[in-house]
Amino acid sequence: MGWFKRIKSGITTKSKDKKEIPEGLWYKCPSCKHVATSEEQEKLLWVCEGCGHHERIGSEEYFSILFDNNEFKELNPRMVSGDPLVFTDTKAYPDRLAKSQAATGLKDAIRTAYGPIDGQNAVVACMDFRFIGGSMGSVVGEKIARGIDYAIKNECPFICLSKSGGARMMEAGFSLMQMAKTSAKLTQLADAKLPYISILTDPTTGGVTASFAMLGDLNIAEPKALIGFAGPRVVKETIGKDLPEGFQRSEFVRDHGFLDYIVERSKLKSQLSLSLKMLRKTN
Amino acid sequence: MRTYLDFEEPIKELHEQLEKTKEIQEKSKVDVKTLTSDLVQKIEQTTKDIFASLTPWQRVQLSRHPQRPYTLGYINAMTEEFIELHGDRNFGDDHAMVGGLGMLNGRSVMFIGQQKGINTKMRQYRNFGMANPEGYRKALRLMKMAEKFDIPVVTLIDTPGAFPGLEAEERGQGEAIAKNLMEMVKLRVPVICVIIGEGASGGALGIGIGDQVVMLENSWYSVISPENCSTILWRNWDHKIEAADALKLTSMDMLNNKLIDGVISEPLGGAHADPEGMFEILKKELTERIDTLEKIDPEKRIKNRIKKFSAMGEFQ
Ligand SMILES: [Zn+2]
Repeated sequence: MGWFKRIKSGITTKSKDKKEIPEGLWYKCPSCKHVATSEEQEKLLWVCEGCGHHERIGSEEYFSILFDNNEFKELNPRMVSGDPLVFTDTKAYPDRLAKSQAATGLKDAIRTAYGPIDGQNAVVACMDFRFIGGSMGSVVGEKIARGIDYAIKNECPFICLSKSGGARMMEAGFSLMQMAKTSAKLTQLADAKLPYISILTDPTTGGVTASFAMLGDLNIAEPKALIGFAGPRVVKETIGKDLPEGFQRSEFVRDHGFLDYIVERSKLKSQLSLSLKMLRKTN
Repeated sequence: MRTYLDFEEPIKELHEQLEKTKEIQEKSKVDVKTLTSDLVQKIEQTTKDIFASLTPWQRVQLSRHPQRPYTLGYINAMTEEFIELHGDRNFGDDHAMVGGLGMLNGRSVMFIGQQKGINTKMRQYRNFGMANPEGYRKALRLMKMAEKFDIPVVTLIDTPGAFPGLEAEERGQGEAIAKNLMEMVKLRVPVICVIIGEGASGGALGIGIGDQVVMLENSWYSVISPENCSTILWRNWDHKIEAADALKLTSMDMLNNKLIDGVISEPLGGAHADPEGMFEILKKELTERIDTLEKIDPEKRIKNRIKKFSAMGEFQ
């Protein structure tokens, strides 16, 4: 028996029906100013037809791209963060959370789900940048931890799409320790000989880069995504010069040896499922 | 010359009075014994009072005190022998991250830690204790060697962060730290991590996964420095004191939140007031903790480590 066995029935939960996009809503590419309708953009998986710019998208879109017929079971959908430090800056942390939840319809900066990708079941974790900059707090760490447990239990691969500005400052020490926690859990996935595919999307920086995002059996990225440990502004301040063209972009990171390959969004699912297929021993 | 922090001002004045009194005694042969012992007592009491109610920001200041002992100071004082080992066997030798084999009470221990410089020139040489990827890779190389020879690992953490430079990014700072986290979880030997000064973010955590993670009383450990936190959340540096409060970065806060395993007391007045006393205390603590950890089966130690870090987080 291996992680590749196909599974079964029971995956019937559909993501909630797509929001109606009001007619006449246009998308203008920030890179080449090409204009498209929202419907066209959706068909193109939110990639500009003019220049190939990959628009930032969230878990709802990635789940629809990766899971067959958009069928999946979301894991721990109601998990929300506590306020262990009673943190207040210009705003109290619970207020910040509530505001972000109301604005995005999300509970936190990550969602995890189980479902088929080209018939092969997998756990997919996907970060949402819209939720406090995709910052990593207790919920991000715990959902990844439970996603890994779920993958081990169901002998399936674990896939994580990263998109994060880094730490959730309002959880301070707790946020930092999510780097340790997720890395510790990944050792268990590795011991179970199950594949971990890390997909780095724009942007992936800070503590996420310095933990689970860089620890994939395969690290793959979308084109031109910003990927780094220190943010470009900090690096620029450190060296006191302008940064070279393409610095910390996917192609740069691949050429320095830290990514297995870069894949366009239109081929993401097929390349991912092919990679998973070929990580399986064949006789 | 001892450097005094702003809140140590009353201690400074008393010390100056004591110096003057001693001078008078030498010059005039007047008996000032009572005066001297009064002053010594007063210094102790004032120090006790000040240190009984330090604010988080004051502890951050103490953690960066220019006379606070650094990693090599601890290692040289605590060990009978020490052989420093250099290089990551790949790119180079990072002067901000030091390591080597030390003899601690007759037992081999692999010591690893960030090193800050003791003067302007050395601070540059040590890159202010900010390691590059090769520093983390050198640390990992030494840890794997320790594992091979069944030698316990002690890391001494003191860094304002991993170096955010252009070449650090080219050489994979994120990957280097990430790899250490995963590898340290699995190390089959006892691992003790001690935050001796500044424990800033991923740069600290990159050598910070252990069976026992402990903080010296006046060190700090968090995801960001108070200054940078202030810049991001308040948009300027003026709120560093509030940020230090909000981050709950002191040793006692970190212990209360179960994010570390223990706090090690410093001598009265802080580690910089009595380095020798501090070395003594840490040497004793390390010896006891290694003794305890060595009695546990390696598999069990790893299991406990994973369980401990997996339990960190607050959610509903
Ligand atoms: Zn375009």
